[in-house]
Amino acid sequence: MLLINCPYCGSRPEAEFANGGQAHIARPADPMSLTDDEWAAYLYMRDNIKGLHHERWRHANGCGRFFNASRDTTTDVIKRTYRMGERPEAEHQGAKP
Amino acid sequence: MLSPAIMRSNALSPMQSSSTTAASTTTLSILPDAAKLVFRGKTEAIEAAGAHFGVKPSLEACRFAAVGGRSVHWLGPDEWLFQAVNEDPIEVFGGMSAALQAQACSLVDVSHRSDGIAVAGPTAALVLNHGCPLDLSLKAFPVGMCTRTVLGKASLLLSRSEEQVFHVDVWRSFAPYVWQFLDEARNLS
Repeated sequence: MLLINCPYCGSRPEAEFANGGQAHIARPADPMSLTDDEWAAYLYMRDNIKGLHHERWRHANGCGRFFNASRDTTTDVIKRTYRMGERPEAEHQGAKP
Repeated sequence: MLSPAIMRSNALSPMQSSSTTAASTTTLSILPDAAKLVFRGKTEAIEAAGAHFGVKPSLEACRFAAVGGRSVHWLGPDEWLFQAVNEDPIEVFGGMSAALQAQACSLVDVSHRSDGIAVAGPTAALVLNHGCPLDLSLKAFPVGMCTRTVLGKASLLLSRSEEQVFHVDVWRSFAPYVWQFLDEARNLS
């Protein structure tokens, strides 16, 4: 079983976690000014990266908190986990942080 | 109308008689009912709550503190479980609620939500590991540690009160399943 490093609880088994999709997607400040296409893009369009991907994870059966993880989608190796509100490390930012 | 104290019934009470009697070094027992309150708030509020409750809450992750029948379990970075064994939830909640008037926090009475099981014996960790993926060695899971985790298909709060004694706090509807799971596991190991 994979071990995932929860920023609050430490290294814990994968079975305790739930994936929360792509991270760092900011809700538009003024949704009313967006076109339907722009709103649809915010709601539904996500990156499908081969390589390092920044994701939200939740320690669902543990502390219950959301955090971010930088995971390589080809090897499934989680390079780093970090708390909500923090940015990925510069070297990991790549094309789309 | 029935008083809340009368309406409280332990989901595990029918289980004790149904468990196997085969020789196993691990024992299962039902923990007494307790007043249970879930607290959420920042450091200042948790300190005030602990001062009123008489137990200093752990600010370190995954640890619990106990004084007599009262204990405070760390659940998350801003979340704690206050537990008072054999005390009236309404009284405990009322007192805490009054003491926290000036604080920005949330306090919820969850006394009837879960039931407790004690798993005790030299192979208690092995029995739990039949369904729990955590490392339960003393080094990784020392006495005084608590955490929410999984056991089989159920989510529960696991704590180690002594080297060979674990306490499991599980939601009522999962309690018979967890009891049967542990009962089966202890006869395999």
